[in-house]
Amino acid sequence: MFLSMNWIKDFVDLSGLDELSLINQFSLSTAEVENDIQFKGKDISGIVVAEIKSVENHPESKKLHLLKVDIGADELIDVVCGAPNVRVGMKTAFAKVGAKIGEIEIAPRPLAGYMSHGMCCSEKEIGISDDHSGIMEITDDVVLGTDIKDIYAIDDIVFEVDNKSLTNRPDLWSHYGIAREFAAIAKRPLKALDLADLSVYESLPKVDMKIEDPLCQRYSCLQFENISRNIAPVDMRIRLFYCGMRAINFLADMTNYLMLEMGQPMHAFDSRKVENIRIKRFDHDFTFQTLDGVERKIDTDTLMICNGDTPVAIAGIMGGLDSEIVEDTHTLTLESATFDATSIRKSTVRLSHRTDASMRYEKSLDPELTVAAIARFVYLLKQYDDGIKVVSALTDEIAYQYPEVTLSFDKAYVDRYTGIEIDNDTIVSTLERLGFTVSVSGDDFTVNVPSWRATKDVTIKADIIEEITRIYGYDNFEIHTATAPLFPTRPEPCKKDEDNIKDILVKRYALHELHSYVWNYADELKEIGIANIGEIKLMNATNPNIETIRKTMIPTQLCQVKSNIGYAPEFGIFEVGRVVSGMTDDNLCIENKILGITLYKKGMNVRELYFKLKGIIEVLADELKHKPVSFEKIEAQYDYEHPTNLNAILIGGKVIGKIGIVHPVVGKKIDKRASIVFAELDVDKFAEIANNSIVYSEPSKFPGIDVDLSFLTSKFAPIKKAIENAGCELIKAVEVIDIYEDADNSSIAVRLTFIDNTRTLKREEVTAVTDGIVAELEKDGIRLKG
Amino acid sequence: MKEKLEQLKAKLASELNAAVDAQALENLRVGYLGKKGSITGLLKEMKNLSNEEKKNFGMMVNELKQQAAESIAKRSQELKELEIKKEIELMPEFDLTIPTKDDRGSYHPITLVQRECERIFTTMGFNVEDYPEVVTDYECFEAVNVPKNHPARDMQDTYYLENGELLKSQTSAAQNAILRKYGPQLKEKGMPIRAIFPGRCFRNEATDATHENTFFQMEGVMVDKNISISNLIYFMKTMLSEVFQKDIKVRLRPGFFPFVEPGFELDISCLICGGDEGCPSCNHSGWLELCPCGMIHPEVLKEGGIDPEEYTGFAFGLGLTRLAMMKYGIKDIRDLNSGSLKVMSQFTDDK
Repeated sequence: MFLSMNWIKDFVDLSGLDELSLINQFSLSTAEVENDIQFKGKDISGIVVAEIKSVENHPESKKLHLLKVDIGADELIDVVCGAPNVRVGMKTAFAKVGAKIGEIEIAPRPLAGYMSHGMCCSEKEIGISDDHSGIMEITDDVVLGTDIKDIYAIDDIVFEVDNKSLTNRPDLWSHYGIAREFAAIAKRPLKALDLADLSVYESLPKVDMKIEDPLCQRYSCLQFENISRNIAPVDMRIRLFYCGMRAINFLADMTNYLMLEMGQPMHAFDSRKVENIRIKRFDHDFTFQTLDGVERKIDTDTLMICNGDTPVAIAGIMGGLDSEIVEDTHTLTLESATFDATSIRKSTVRLSHRTDASMRYEKSLDPELTVAAIARFVYLLKQYDDGIKVVSALTDEIAYQYPEVTLSFDKAYVDRYTGIEIDNDTIVSTLERLGFTVSVSGDDFTVNVPSWRATKDVTIKADIIEEITRIYGYDNFEIHTATAPLFPTRPEPCKKDEDNIKDILVKRYALHELHSYVWNYADELKEIGIANIGEIKLMNATNPNIETIRKTMIPTQLCQVKSNIGYAPEFGIFEVGRVVSGMTDDNLCIENKILGITLYKKGMNVRELYFKLKGIIEVLADELKHKPVSFEKIEAQYDYEHPTNLNAILIGGKVIGKIGIVHPVVGKKIDKRASIVFAELDVDKFAEIANNSIVYSEPSKFPGIDVDLSFLTSKFAPIKKAIENAGCELIKAVEVIDIYEDADNSSIAVRLTFIDNTRTLKREEVTAVTDGIVAELEKDGIRLKG
Repeated sequence: MKEKLEQLKAKLASELNAAVDAQALENLRVGYLGKKGSITGLLKEMKNLSNEEKKNFGMMVNELKQQAAESIAKRSQELKELEIKKEIELMPEFDLTIPTKDDRGSYHPITLVQRECERIFTTMGFNVEDYPEVVTDYECFEAVNVPKNHPARDMQDTYYLENGELLKSQTSAAQNAILRKYGPQLKEKGMPIRAIFPGRCFRNEATDATHENTFFQMEGVMVDKNISISNLIYFMKTMLSEVFQKDIKVRLRPGFFPFVEPGFELDISCLICGGDEGCPSCNHSGWLELCPCGMIHPEVLKEGGIDPEEYTGFAFGLGLTRLAMMKYGIKDIRDLNSGSLKVMSQFTDDK
């Protein structure tokens, strides 16, 4: 919203104060002011009122005219002018030689063979409207040669306030409301608005009007006749233009002016079209043409202003084309009303049509404004058009009244909340300047909230703290630390494990942490042949491609692998992210925090890559839990899983994840000549596993005996089992030292380390154990090599 | 005999000089001092001598034997030294301009920034909390005083799921749970509630270089008796100065957020120009809008089981994504979720 300092200064005397620093203070105390403050009129000088004394057609140009203009000097001035609206006797704005318009300095110059000593200006050239259809016409009675800045308020400072920072302040959607803030900041009095006395029309007939729907909180109206003026006064048009509104006609400009001044949207109907005003909703849908000519679909939730049963306006949003003021309008009905804020907001969303009026209604306007705005309207109307006649009594119905808000608090409360000392006098004067009524008894305050702040904004005493402190100025706060007793902080197990997992993966295995989205990208999955699997969808995804919440991390990672295959011949990625793995009985999402790891390597040695990943899992379990991992074969569940070598990952018998190879169909779509393996680990389940501490065992002082045994087999599991079955406590380590495989043979060599902490072992007792192991394996047909 | 002795001595001396490696020296030792060595042989020749001569000659041979052993040992030492010298000479000087290739992993930049913040807060006595991404309407809105008809709940801003749950649009969704978790300790033991909760948030909006539908925030709360606006300003200034590793000026402006009262927009002095001059990066204002904060709304405390008449608190929401972009000069927010290793592998660590 744009704000004019001239307009603000109508209501508060800021003389002697630096306006720019006040605007900055406003930004710190009230609402955010955008950066570029405009200095209107700064770029123009030397433009005076001139009268056209003669007009001659240019002999060679159809467009150009040769003028003689009078600026009240001894001699007339020769000017060449291209505007179509020139005529003898017309008064206009004239840039003299030496005048400045922006970067241009006016100098005598030849134009199509004639010298021009100056320039007649359009309103756009002066910067007071966007009208460039012709030169400005000055109808006011002014002395020729007068600088137009002396007649019209062209010089002004205009600043913009971010609308978002005003969402909770319906009172600030007006110059008067903003002026109240400036008055409080500058500690100057706020002037009362000049209003017409509406009681004098009490004897006139009332308008036939009835609120038939509680969504209309208050409806006030008044009828006028005999409006002769068509164009709004220049100063009014300048203010509207500076504030971002186009001048339309006198009446429309007046309602807009009132809205910008007081924040009350108003609408003028042709009285013939609103003989019995009814405010209601309809029980069926229909289309309605608004005054911008657009046909709009109205549903049963949209509040309408009607003439009997005929809709004439969408309440709080826009009038209808049919009830607009037209040329032969004789009597008009001025509406000033308040509607339920939520209803208006929802209607604008459904209609996709937001207007200056609806923006204000959405904020919960003060219903007290309606009548005051009419009184102000009548007051201004009479200033500009003294022939107007009010032909009805003020008709006003109140259907809803906000409760009066009274808040009590004491000085200790203010002290506690602020942490600084603000004295009672400052508290009282600040609140009073903002329109609150305050009564004090000792250190106890009772505050009445003014109607314009009581619609939703100020409802509790903490709100009062804000009023006091923002005007006091946060920059003026003395700041100090809080004091609190000391207690240790304990990291959440889940966070701690997550951090450690990341460190191990990055530092030890040189993996890369990537982030992705919590939903599947359906098109990317399709490209690599993975179905779009999920337990639940977004209800309002704007893009159907991203509506399914992922159930597993791996598809996302496979897409990431595909997009990175040019990065390096080998890489690994991981993410700790969320999936929705299922729904509870109450239809709530079961969300899991999952570590996904995917390794990629050029070449077909998938076994090596798989074992690298297995090693990573084992290291995570060992370093963070000091526990061994076991694996159990499982059936493939998803289309990207290779049916072979898909294993559940278990720690202490509890499944915490799975490890597998990418299905060849998917794998080939990613890279025909590469191996890809993946693992998923449920981080929350992992975190629940208790951490065994390190078990220290003192190294034996006696030498151990290593025995290497090579078996003709490709499976380690039976060997492991046989060693375990031997139940020999002297075996302190079992290591696979060689695996050999070719087309005909395969063998596995293991090294058993025997140690006793109390004595030197004898070869015979070791051999007895190993012979037993060999014998047991032989029963299964596994023989020693060589 | 004596001549023979002298000859042997002379011969050894010259052969020692000729021995240039350990093997030759060993051969020499065996040749002179072995069982069949020439010095040992001399002793065998003594049987023809008289006793007196035997004694003399024996002494001389032993002396020679000892001398020979010593000179061989000396020569051995010499050879070892020579060898080391040769080895040193053979060592080429490396060209250190040749780049070293060492595979390094990388952290996501959000992780780096998040860890740094967590570290700072932990030193100030804050607990780090974790929270789900799918939350209920109650957690995200109702519990934090976002009334039923607040625009923030509109469909276009929040991602709703088919079952009525939603993807959290703000980390404040965790506030109620945190207050409930630590409230009892506050009331029973006087332990102030100090917690941060970093997490991923979602907004249903179109993405471009500065807008993402998925981003990270970090919420912080502190609740105790007598927590004041003054404390809040102090805390934010101290914490942000630590985050940016320089003395930061902060300023508060009124800002409206339903979960705080009063609520503020917090600006920090521009990191580039320091706030005095104004520069392009702060749009010539000298200030950067950084994070919303405020005193926790009494309704939010109440909903969290804490009596607002007895306790007050502040809350703030730091944009971790924004912080990461500021810190590393990332211009396009979409890079963060791009999954591109060319981008992400650069963030090896940042301690």
